[in-house]
Amino acid sequence: MASAGAPVTGAAETAGLRERLRPYRAVLASRARSQRAYRTSFALDLGSSALVGVVELAEVWVLFSNVTALGGMRFNQILLVFGLADLAFSLADLSFGHLDNLPDFLRAGTLDVFYLRPQPILLQLITSDLSLRRLARAAVGAAALGIGLATSGVSWGPRTMVLLALGLVSGYATFAALFVWAAGLQFFLLDGAEMTNAFVYGGRYAASQPASVWSRPLKLIFGFFFPMAFTAYLPAVTMLGLPGPDWLPAWLGWCTPAAAVWSWLMGLLCWRWGLRHYQGGGG
Amino acid sequence: MRATARVYWRLLVAGFRRKSAYRLAALGGLVANLTFGLLKVAILFATVRAAGGHLHGYDTASMSTYVWLSQGLLGSVNLTGRTDLALRVKDGQVAVDFLRPVDLQAATLATEAGESLYALLPRGLPSVLLGAVTVGLRLPTSPVFYLLGAVSVLLGIVISAATVYLIAVAGFWLVETRGLQILYMVASGFLGGLYVPIMLFPRWLGIVAAATPFPSIMMYPIDVLSGLGGAGGAAELVLAQLAWLAGVAASGQLLTRAGRRRLEVQGG
Repeated sequence: MASAGAPVTGAAETAGLRERLRPYRAVLASRARSQRAYRTSFALDLGSSALVGVVELAEVWVLFSNVTALGGMRFNQILLVFGLADLAFSLADLSFGHLDNLPDFLRAGTLDVFYLRPQPILLQLITSDLSLRRLARAAVGAAALGIGLATSGVSWGPRTMVLLALGLVSGYATFAALFVWAAGLQFFLLDGAEMTNAFVYGGRYAASQPASVWSRPLKLIFGFFFPMAFTAYLPAVTMLGLPGPDWLPAWLGWCTPAAAVWSWLMGLLCWRWGLRHYQGGGG
Repeated sequence: MRATARVYWRLLVAGFRRKSAYRLAALGGLVANLTFGLLKVAILFATVRAAGGHLHGYDTASMSTYVWLSQGLLGSVNLTGRTDLALRVKDGQVAVDFLRPVDLQAATLATEAGESLYALLPRGLPSVLLGAVTVGLRLPTSPVFYLLGAVSVLLGIVISAATVYLIAVAGFWLVETRGLQILYMVASGFLGGLYVPIMLFPRWLGIVAAATPFPSIMMYPIDVLSGLGGAGGAAELVLAQLAWLAGVAASGQLLTRAGRRRLEVQGG
């Protein structure tokens, strides 16, 4: 009896979970459909999003048209850093980027509507949209990563595969956490929303740089507190077998999940703190 | 004539005062400016050092000047391509603007110039000051560059507003101008020298940039203020800005007049 009971409970639990996830799936599917409804507009959105990625890459390329190596990396090695950072950031932006709209909800008082539904507010906000156009920018990141992997002399093997998978998943999680972290602070900042751009979009910019060029304060801020060096530079350094700079030794490339966990802890802490602070929109 | 000038002056002052109401927003912008500035310093200093200390006329001190002047201007020139006017054209409210006894273009530019000039106080000057304290920078000693620089910054502000105005009035034909707006955002930052000074571009890309109004918005004011090309070079850049302003403003007037006839306000 006992041995037969366990799978039944398991199946019931899965069914229950599926039932609970259904509203989220329905919203996300409708968001995805609505973006594809206007084909020309969607094609333009995809094109412009790809252009943003290409121009960001061009900014890096312009620097390398003047010098052969920056921070101990050649251009094809930097492609690895840029690709990892941009791919992970674009995917996080696709699924979490709309948390940036929270100040609009707060100002208009429309956040209160979310309280009426029997679902966690953060989860509702995250699943309230899906910016499919960011897929184009993710593709630019993936292309840069692919070219970087093929030309920078990375030795292929299980070690590289594990580093790459760990780095990408953790990088995605870290960037996603930054969006949650920023959203939590919006409850206090309101008009000062731009302050969080410093670490969200500044963080993306930092992540695509070779961290070896940073001054010590930058290494503290973007190396550890907002662990941007862990999203791309450190996995790339470990993959390439390069020595890391001061404070950022190459073995840290294996610790990318720790950076993701830290970011989520801080993000959720800020979110809880912000939500408790919120007094409602009045009316 | 004097009465007309006073109307636009009042609009400029109103724009200035409107921005001054959002102090926390200004502080947020300053924090973002400082962070991006430090990251730009890191990568550009590394580039100058990798090139042996000198790169197309830049050393680390003049590169720092470039970084902090560009960060300071960022809050005042429009590099996003977004305006209220674009929304008003889209939903037809611009019809109300046309009823007012002022020129739509001149009124829009005056208000935006006022907002931009205010942003120099809490964002522009502190950014340069913070850069001077944390990294250090080199400014010219001759007053000529400051005088020409002030003119050049003002021209940059108006040219950016006048170029973004073109996107907004393109809405008379296109209705949805988001595509143009993103194109402007991408092109103006890159070709205007926001992340990498234009001197570092390969030759062909430098020529492409010079064929657009974007360097006039940010790069030329920075070059004039930092005195890199001497007094003669600075005067040339200001002349180039004047030419771009004339071209962009004239196109705006033509498009407004043509678009006004196309405007169709729905509903009753």
